Amino acid sequence: MTMSVEIHKKLGAFRLDVQFILEGGILGLLGASGSGKSKTLQCIAGIERPDEGYIIINGRTVFDSARHINLPPQKRHVGYLFQNYALFPNMTVEENICCGLHALRDKAQRQQILNQSMEQLQLRGLEKLKPAQLSGGQQQRVALARILVNEPDILLLDEPFSALDSYLKEQLMTELGPLLAGFHKEVIMVTHSRDEAYQLCGELAILNDGHLAGYGPTKKMFENPGTRVGARLTGCKNIVAARKAGPTLVEVPEWGVTLDAGQPVGTNLCAIGIRAHNFSPAQTVNAFSVQILDKIEQPFEWVYKFRYTSQKPGTNLVWWRFAKAKPVVADPPRLGVNEAGILLLYV
Amino acid sequence: MDWFPLWNSLRIAAVSSILVFFSGIFLAYYVARLPKTVKGVLDVLLTLPLVLPPTVCGWFLLIIFGLTHPVGIFLQQYGVKFVMTWYGGILASAVVAFPLMYRTARGAFESFDETLAWSGKTLGLSDTYIFWRIRMPVCRQGIIAGMVLSFARALGEYGATSMLIGYIPKQTATISTTVYQLWRTNDEYSAFIWVLVNLGISAVVLLAVNMLEKSSREKRLRR
Repeated sequence: MTMSVEIHKKLGAFRLDVQFILEGGILGLLGASGSGKSKTLQCIAGIERPDEGYIIINGRTVFDSARHINLPPQKRHVGYLFQNYALFPNMTVEENICCGLHALRDKAQRQQILNQSMEQLQLRGLEKLKPAQLSGGQQQRVALARILVNEPDILLLDEPFSALDSYLKEQLMTELGPLLAGFHKEVIMVTHSRDEAYQLCGELAILNDGHLAGYGPTKKMFENPGTRVGARLTGCKNIVAARKAGPTLVEVPEWGVTLDAGQPVGTNLCAIGIRAHNFSPAQTVNAFSVQILDKIEQPFEWVYKFRYTSQKPGTNLVWWRFAKAKPVVADPPRLGVNEAGILLLYV
Repeated sequence: MDWFPLWNSLRIAAVSSILVFFSGIFLAYYVARLPKTVKGVLDVLLTLPLVLPPTVCGWFLLIIFGLTHPVGIFLQQYGVKFVMTWYGGILASAVVAFPLMYRTARGAFESFDETLAWSGKTLGLSDTYIFWRIRMPVCRQGIIAGMVLSFARALGEYGATSMLIGYIPKQTATISTTVYQLWRTNDEYSAFIWVLVNLGISAVVLLAVNMLEKSSREKRLRR
């Protein structure tokens, strides 16, 4: 099962240029709003027409501008879970799911599949309710049931958790994982949340302003995003301009420090990133004198904002995040960061 | 008492409402998805009968379908005559009532969440199914309101109707032209009866609108 996609589309001043090959598993499309994530899904589903490119799903060409192929959405066998779930408000839960079974003429068989799917997605007892009477989580399950009974070749999830409150979100995320793993087909999930991406996606594509700014296994993308956009979208709080100062050394002019990255540094280095939780007062590597200027208390963590003593005036404070401990630690005079905690960014 | 005007008014209003229903929905659906400039021009043209005096609409209809004008002459060869016939009244009231259906239906279509249609398509549902089983039921409120309004407007039409089909007792007389004719001939008593009939019909229409609104509000609250 493979899918290969190349899409070029111009929308006013915005240009969408994406290209990727997916071989099984779940691909996360991570990007800020307006980066073209949803547009990419719409192109794959046939809702939007790319100007140029091709979309091949399991060897079936559903779009190819050069060969003038453009299948309508009805013939693409693509399951699309919309952000707001797009349940038909005039139909009951049962009728909504049956919309995914419309091609099946045999009534008994249809009822059987309907029952199976209601069972699998824990929708028993909701058959006769209208979508507006359901909770967000139930709506999502109905939408998934409706898509899965339709037996699509590929599943597209557009910000599947954005319509839910945070408590429900975490619970559903743990439920969706096994469900998607049982789907055994390609899944593309659009998200702006690094937690969702990390937890559910095997591979990650980072989308910035219509272009891919990084593509690879999710864990690797978090360990070494390689680009400033990638670092920012994977949650890195401290991104600062830097240049090569030695085989493994990087100089950060804004902070007035030179750090050892412990790995070869390329000459085209333009910035480094340090995740807020990678600083430590106990760390003696890359340790410099700091001044704590701001403290933000969160339920289980502290966020301290500090500046290096050597830091240029007027530059952004550096974030340090650590788990709460008792007794409260005194403000450390120096903070260090281990070599692996320094992300080398080239674009 | 000759009840012909009541029957004539009702059949003219009924047939023109049906025509206006389909043409209004059809045009509303297609105009809503046109590019902005074309949409603006068409919108003005299609809404014009709402703001023009009905007599001006009648004048335009006579210019087109008048028996000495090309279209009128052409149609007459096939025995179709819109001037001074009862079915000419259908044409006149349909033209005047059309913008009410068109505008309310378009408003309803424009507030329709397009992702519903998209999800229907990705599920493999045909465009026809999506239109009649999803888009129309979801927009039901606005479409019913447009139907009631255009039926009421067609029933009360006077200006364009009197220009195009005039007043011939037992042939083209409608309630509104009859009231005028009776008033003009000083038959105040008969005019009063027709006014009562008219009030009765209007009350029924308004009651129907209120009941529809109430039932839909209750439905919303039950959610």
